[in-house]
Amino acid sequence: MLRHAARRLASRAAAAPTARRALATAEVPAEAAEDSTFVEAWKKVAPNLEAPKTPISLMQPRPPTPASIPTKLTVNFVLPYKSEIANKEVDMVIVPATTGQMGVLPGHVATIAELKPGVLSVHEGNDVTKYFVSSGFAFVHANSIADIVAVEAVPVDQIDPALVQKGLADFTAKLGSASTDLEKAEAQIGVDVHSALNAALTG
Amino acid sequence: MAPLGARSVSTQIVRNRMKSVKNIQKITKAMKMVAASKLRAVQTRTENSRGLWQPFTALLGDAPSVDVKKNVIVAITSDKGLCGGINSTSVKVSRALHKLTSGPEKESKYVILGEKGKVQLVRDSRSSIEMTVSELQKNPINYTQIAVLADDILKNVEYDALRVVFNKFHSVISFKPTMVTILSPEVAEKESEAGGKIGDLDAYEIEGGETKSEILQNLAEFQFSCVLYNGALENACSELGARMSAMDSSSRNAGDMLDRLTLTYNRTRQASITTELTEIISGASALEG
Repeated sequence: MLRHAARRLASRAAAAPTARRALATAEVPAEAAEDSTFVEAWKKVAPNLEAPKTPISLMQPRPPTPASIPTKLTVNFVLPYKSEIANKEVDMVIVPATTGQMGVLPGHVATIAELKPGVLSVHEGNDVTKYFVSSGFAFVHANSIADIVAVEAVPVDQIDPALVQKGLADFTAKLGSASTDLEKAEAQIGVDVHSALNAALTG
Repeated sequence: MAPLGARSVSTQIVRNRMKSVKNIQKITKAMKMVAASKLRAVQTRTENSRGLWQPFTALLGDAPSVDVKKNVIVAITSDKGLCGGINSTSVKVSRALHKLTSGPEKESKYVILGEKGKVQLVRDSRSSIEMTVSELQKNPINYTQIAVLADDILKNVEYDALRVVFNKFHSVISFKPTMVTILSPEVAEKESEAGGKIGDLDAYEIEGGETKSEILQNLAEFQFSCVLYNGALENACSELGARMSAMDSSSRNAGDMLDRLTLTYNRTRQASITTELTEIISGASALEG
């Protein structure tokens, strides 16, 4: 058994350089999408274990910034339970940022905006689709791609006005009777969201 | 083999074994069906949630080889067993990451979601475990539950970089360990100024009255909860897929064992009949002749 072990070690030592070279040439296209420093460091620590995949290798690379302003804006609107809009080319989106409604056109400067509860509208030609968004983030990249990540969104025509009024009344009452800071904060959030819902229905 | 003369006893033993192996086969087949039906439901939800973390990586890039002082490894494992090797793979990857990210000035801690990971890591790295969470899948995984959990983790743990380790579901038979790195706002700013792989964070205008650091803080927390949600769903899918294939190979093994036992049983039975017949016939021929 020891004799075999010695032989196996020798053969592995001899095969390792050649094997690594063969692996390198085979994996170059994949390595380009991965972080090579990470994979190298990993190989030193755990040579027998395959390195875990990282997000870069799992998603499509984004296109670079074009020289001239493109005609359309590419929108990705994602929610935790589905991708509402994926890679759709539109003319304009209006997002409810904390500073107010922000219009995003193709060629908009790169921006990170935090969203507050409000209406998100997507304009494509003459169609306008409106969603009520609870909160989230909107990123506009230099290559005219807009990513909107929201926690919850519903199309505005699916909101029940009666329930909105009732909710607004409930939370205003709770705000009045709240004693601790936590209760006040929760009631305030409820009032904000419901007033935004109200505005969405009327506006 | 059975002792001489104990003919009927040996067939009894084999028959008992056959009965228990048949029961095991029924149980494993049922577990496979249950896992398959649960998998169908979770798989649609997982695929729908895959778009959630992509905007963050598009904005901030990915820096798995970032060098920071405080690393926290969040390992997502399952609570129940009988799911093949996925939990061991996650634990092995976490241990290697721990080795990779510990050093003279750096330290690395674990946050473990799921019983199976806790049991394996408590054995040798108990001091590095910061917190453990179990019973993740008591109710179907939803975003609110994960957001609360993410908030809990962020409150109790100091970090410069969070590394979330889970098994990504590629297909029913293929699950690859995946690691997502989330940087704390301070480190993200430092990396973007140093011009690393983070991409040009400074090129982005910050909309809003709040300061850049507040927005980056909210961004990091939101990113963590989104990544954790997707990771938990992918791991749940991988667990069900692994359980399906483990139970499938179990029932196939049980079937093979049953075939072999049936042959042994028949052979033993026929041998005992032959022996009895031989005795009777030789006795009868002895009486005649």
